[in-house]
Amino acid sequence: MCTKRSGWVRLLYYRYLYPCTGEENWVDSRTVYIGHREPPPGTEAYIPQRFPDNRIVSSKYTFWNFVPKNLFEQFRRIANFYFLIIFLVQLIIDTPTSPITSGLPLFFVITVTAIKQGYEDWLRHKADNAVNQCPVHIIQHGKVVRKQSHKLRVGDIVLVKEDETFPCDLILLSTSRDDGTCFVTTASLDGESSHKTYYAVQDTKSFNTEQELDTLRATIECEQPQPDLYKFVGRINIYQERDEPIARPLGSENVLLRGATLKNTEYVYAVAIYTGMETKMALNYQSKSQKRSAVEKSMNAFLIVYLCILLSKALINTVLKYVWQANPNRDEPWYNEKTESERQRHLIRAFTDFLAFMVLFNYIIPVSMYVTVEMQKFLGSYFITWDEEMFDDEIGEGALVNTSDLNEELGQVEYIFTDKTGTLTENNMEFIECCVDGHVYVPHAICNGQILPGALGIDMIDSSPGPDGKEHEELFFRALCLCHTVQVKEEETVDGIKRGIHQGKGTSFYISSSPDEVALVEGMKRLGFTYLRLKDNHMEILNREDEIERFELLEVLNFDSVRRRMSVIVRSGTGELYLFCKGADSSIFPRVISGKVEQVRARVEHNAVEGLRTLCVAYKLLTFEEYQDICQLLETAKLALQERDKKLAEAYDAIERDFILLGATAVEDRLQDKAADTIESLHKAGMKVWVLTGDKMETAAATCYASKLFRRSTQILELTTKRTEEQNLHDVLFDLSRTVLRQHGSLTRDTFSGLSNEFQDYGLIIDGATLTAVMKPDQDGSTGNYKEIFLEICRNCSAVLCCRMAPLQKAQIVKLIKFSKEHPITLAIGDGANDVSMILEAHVGIGIMGKEGRQAARNSDYAIPKFKHLKKMLLVHGHYYYIRIAELVQYFFYKNVCFIFPQFLYQFFCGFSQQPLYDTAYLTLYNISFTSLPILLYSLIEQHINMDILKRDPSLYRDIAKNSLLRWRIFIYWTFLGVFDAVVFFFGAYFLFDNTTFTSNGQMFGNWTFGTLVFTVLVFTVTLKLALDTHYWTWINHFVIWGSLLFYVVFSLLWGGIIWPFLNYQRMYYVFMQMLSSGPAWLCIILLITVSLLPDVVKKVMCRALWPTTTERIQTKRKCLNVEQSTIFMLSQTSSSISF
Amino acid sequence: MMASSYNAKEEDGHHSVSAASGPSAGPSAKSKKPDNTAFKQQRLPAWQPILTAGTVLPAFFIIGLIFIPIGIGLFVTSNNIREFEVDYTGVDASSPCFTCSQTYSWNSSIPCKCAVSFSLEQPFESNVFMYYGLSNFYQNHRRYVKSRDDSQLNGDKASLRNPSKECEPYRSHDNKPIAPCGAIANSLFNDTLELFYIDPNGTRTQIPLVKKGIAWWTDKHVKFRNPGGNNFNLTVVFQGTTKPVNWRKYVYELDTDPENNGFVNEDFIVWMRTAALPTFRKLYRIIQKKSNMTPTLPRGNYTLDVTYNYPVRSFEGRKRMILSTISWMGGKNPFLGIAYITVGSVCFFLGVVLLIIHHKYGNRNNSADIPN
Repeated sequence: MCTKRSGWVRLLYYRYLYPCTGEENWVDSRTVYIGHREPPPGTEAYIPQRFPDNRIVSSKYTFWNFVPKNLFEQFRRIANFYFLIIFLVQLIIDTPTSPITSGLPLFFVITVTAIKQGYEDWLRHKADNAVNQCPVHIIQHGKVVRKQSHKLRVGDIVLVKEDETFPCDLILLSTSRDDGTCFVTTASLDGESSHKTYYAVQDTKSFNTEQELDTLRATIECEQPQPDLYKFVGRINIYQERDEPIARPLGSENVLLRGATLKNTEYVYAVAIYTGMETKMALNYQSKSQKRSAVEKSMNAFLIVYLCILLSKALINTVLKYVWQANPNRDEPWYNEKTESERQRHLIRAFTDFLAFMVLFNYIIPVSMYVTVEMQKFLGSYFITWDEEMFDDEIGEGALVNTSDLNEELGQVEYIFTDKTGTLTENNMEFIECCVDGHVYVPHAICNGQILPGALGIDMIDSSPGPDGKEHEELFFRALCLCHTVQVKEEETVDGIKRGIHQGKGTSFYISSSPDEVALVEGMKRLGFTYLRLKDNHMEILNREDEIERFELLEVLNFDSVRRRMSVIVRSGTGELYLFCKGADSSIFPRVISGKVEQVRARVEHNAVEGLRTLCVAYKLLTFEEYQDICQLLETAKLALQERDKKLAEAYDAIERDFILLGATAVEDRLQDKAADTIESLHKAGMKVWVLTGDKMETAAATCYASKLFRRSTQILELTTKRTEEQNLHDVLFDLSRTVLRQHGSLTRDTFSGLSNEFQDYGLIIDGATLTAVMKPDQDGSTGNYKEIFLEICRNCSAVLCCRMAPLQKAQIVKLIKFSKEHPITLAIGDGANDVSMILEAHVGIGIMGKEGRQAARNSDYAIPKFKHLKKMLLVHGHYYYIRIAELVQYFFYKNVCFIFPQFLYQFFCGFSQQPLYDTAYLTLYNISFTSLPILLYSLIEQHINMDILKRDPSLYRDIAKNSLLRWRIFIYWTFLGVFDAVVFFFGAYFLFDNTTFTSNGQMFGNWTFGTLVFTVLVFTVTLKLALDTHYWTWINHFVIWGSLLFYVVFSLLWGGIIWPFLNYQRMYYVFMQMLSSGPAWLCIILLITVSLLPDVVKKVMCRALWPTTTERIQTKRKCLNVEQSTIFMLSQTSSSISF
Repeated sequence: MMASSYNAKEEDGHHSVSAASGPSAGPSAKSKKPDNTAFKQQRLPAWQPILTAGTVLPAFFIIGLIFIPIGIGLFVTSNNIREFEVDYTGVDASSPCFTCSQTYSWNSSIPCKCAVSFSLEQPFESNVFMYYGLSNFYQNHRRYVKSRDDSQLNGDKASLRNPSKECEPYRSHDNKPIAPCGAIANSLFNDTLELFYIDPNGTRTQIPLVKKGIAWWTDKHVKFRNPGGNNFNLTVVFQGTTKPVNWRKYVYELDTDPENNGFVNEDFIVWMRTAALPTFRKLYRIIQKKSNMTPTLPRGNYTLDVTYNYPVRSFEGRKRMILSTISWMGGKNPFLGIAYITVGSVCFFLGVVLLIIHHKYGNRNNSADIPN
């Protein structure tokens, strides 16, 4: 149905499915002539190939094709097409109602939609133009030329400066750095914010100026564009003076992708190979496919039912008509002869009759329902953006709605998948303590920006370390000051380098891709060692004695998530060579050969349990020979053409060993405000909360405890690598499921008894590796089994923690749950680029406008500033939207059954002649104006329970779970209510008209009075039914409900009060007024309205008294409470006592 | 249906297109705090009624208490109405109009006459309304209902010469437009009914039948108009048109009274208001009450003289003559009275049931422990 997978996710899939880029199938290749220069003659024929220009087109229409294309798109929707057909049928054949009745609403809907889509496309055109016209620098004839981006062509040599984004896919020729590398961040492509290194072609890296580049003669042969970001195969042929061309292989490490940004490199020269819509990013672009809500699905199911009803009604009537007409005196009595043409078309007559009946009854599927639903969603979503409680002063933004289609889905959520860092926690790291050889140092929380010399700023938990310890301590601090990738940004207003960091706060600050590092460096600053700057490849540190120490930075072994550590090699002022390494405990401890491992490990574990993020620090001294070896090792790895990453990893592995442990740090990532409260509420509301994080298990578990995801009473089930190492996965899974199911078996009896206080609840912890094992398809295909068991366990756990997850695995988990057999509604919430996959995968994706950029917020359906806002979003807004739209849908079907069923009954009394019961004006306006506004307003502002109660009592959310207001049972109830009402209207009027008069002057009424009587009762009943369902009567409700009834009366008076010159019939002339002049007509209207509303009122009251839902109990209770409270609802209690 | 949610293609980092869907996406850069108005915060003061047994109870009793007396009143009124009905179709061989019904011909020069005698058991005190009733006659058939031209009937001269196409096949005859056109006008009821009172001593007294006031006032004075007004010579005005096929007279010969001739003839207007159901009656004449002393129609024997023109046997129809007195609520119709009494009683009964429920369960609900 909807295969929602963004390009971004797709490329991740590619990465997982085709990890090996070795063997290629060369389907086709392209040859790119660098700088459009022909190769020296004799080598190859110069075949200029045509490539698209660098224009990006995201708009759907142009000025010329807008009307036909848009109309085509719109009529591809089944509902629009249906109405178009009805309209055409009305135009072609002789039908009971005029084409205007369906043409006008259809025209309205189509026009409004076209205008909206036209406006959106105009915005896209504007955005496209902005991109296409942004300037790029191109080398032409040895000079730099500015061009507009869309004029870029394949083969152009492009100059890109630092922090610029690549305008198309490029092959790196040379960089400002000597080694021909450059750093690039691809955060906007794949969400990895770390800097990646790309390499220039070895033989061209010396072409460093425009003039030199102008002399370069080379061609690039490469494959045709394909969407995989991590795959590229090509070859560069460099022609030198009369020599054989040198051919070099090109890989993905040479390709700079459009959308990525150049970092830490002054400039690069590169040649364009894929442009415009052929860039890998454009190929990866896939429009965010539309998510459809559960309500919409129910609505479509109901529509099909009504379509069947419609078809069967028309069919029944057609058949009966022909049965009835078998007698020629009925078919064509002397008083009612057919025209010649009517007699002749005898063969196709039956079919046109069928169509005519269809047209007569087509109002049962109303155009206006779609319009109203769209309006409700569109306008309703404003309440989210308007909500003051969801406004965050800190970032100055409120909630954002990117899709209004899913409003009601917020009320249906069963599973919540949340990210940890930045979502549950603030992602605002604070240095808490460090531990050196078992001695714990805690900086004073507040330093006022002053660096306190000596140990003044330090609380020594333990006794002071000895002199040996002192040395270690300082080494530890230096290590932390040196081993990082933090950059110092000085404020530009400051003149003079002297006014450095020690001059006071605010003049400079640290920036880094990792907030942990910033926290650590700032922590060190508070402990007396201040990292000043990186200057001339020397790192400068201000030590406790206010002296500047300089270390030469020799190598940086960057952090990566596989190694989970980073290292630096520095040469101190005294000439000693140090290798400092910091990383996760699990990746440091195995590489340590000496140091107080036990003490540190104990402290680390203690901190992890506290929910702190821990890092371990180690070092080793290098001899010059060792350093030489290391350099050699790194150099060869970096220059490797094949499997460079693997070789680098091997080199790192060889270098980073035999450490001496220094100590550990602890950084706190504080929980977001009210995170625990929110999670508790969500739990109470019956939602299952899963935390999916890349963090390690202990930290994540601690956060879970802190956020009350796990309670002390929760029994934790572990499904981790540690455990699966002891037992095999199969046994563990069965063990766990047995534990859970035993509990579950004894539990089913009192499942409905309410909240989770009484029984044991389970929490599951699973890690990424084990998850892969569970999900991995086995050889014999028995995975389904594992998956099922896993799901079974999960279903019985109130909370699940998945740690050490890759972004793709997050999406996998969401997908697993989404397609499990109950098809629960899932919600994913996260703040970072690594959450985008699951945000796109889940039914509802919520982005947090976090510190890690707005990637998640932009790809989400809704964006909120803080995690705590999720509570109001779901419990209040979601709940409201759901009950509103549920009523809207049911009511729409109900009111159209009431409307059309009397017409159906009337056919039995008019010889199945398709005579409409109501006048054309009534047929047209019933859905458009007489009954449209009250339900629209209801669906916008109804509040069955007060907002505060909804927030205070999350269990109310359970009342609407599982699409409960749109179940078939309820749908059938509404339909039958409609049929009952229709029967009451029709036969009420029938018996009143039965062969007698009901005026005091003896005059008779005709068929139009009959129809008007039924219609009047209909409009009043249907509107009053809504009034009975309304729980929240603001002045607007009063205005609209009574207003639309008044409008009906005024309209009818006017419609019948004048001989309308433009009409060719005057059938309604004075009909309404004559009807009102009759006493029995009034009595009949009152009677029929009462009878129609009676069953529904009785049902409501009975259900409330005998089988009240939680919602109803709260409503009743609130009424009692209100008497005591003197709130703004004074009005409500005083008037509710006089209400029905 | 109308707003397919759409998100602008986003090329992050390169440029950021502000997603154009959703209400708020556009000015996302503006960090404006939302207004703290009651409407926007969904905190408008509101009346929050809830239908509970307690609140609905009184309403049910009140409805019961009001409806039952009304119903009784209606029922009694309906029962006090005198109504007499006689079928003169002549289906049975024994009935007086049998021969007339057998020899049907629209254009027979000698009208067939028959007399039906009947007797009234009770006197009709107030004004008596005389109806003719037809059954199995589908005046509400679609083809029939639309077969008229309201502008022609409203005196529009263009439509007089060129009637609406809806009138087919009764639009023109012998190349002349038909006035009034259409199936409804063509099938105008053309039996003549006369009522005679037979004195006990055997003399026949004709009862005067008033033919004014049988049509809606608005119809007669606004909706139906002769072309050029009523003052012209209708013969001239209608020149160039022909009579409906089934008619014997031209439309301007319907009555001698110029106020009741042509399109504004009341019998014609009454017929033109198509009935809702296949069995219907239409007001034919009114018998005015002469004095307070004598009943309008004393009990005794009567004869109905019928000029039998209108054929109904072909479609198994029936013709009836109905005499009825009228109250404020119209003719005899026990439906409303019975319905009111029934609904009133049901409401009362439900009120009692709810009272019990309220007593038994109401307290339980209020004291129920609600987790907060």
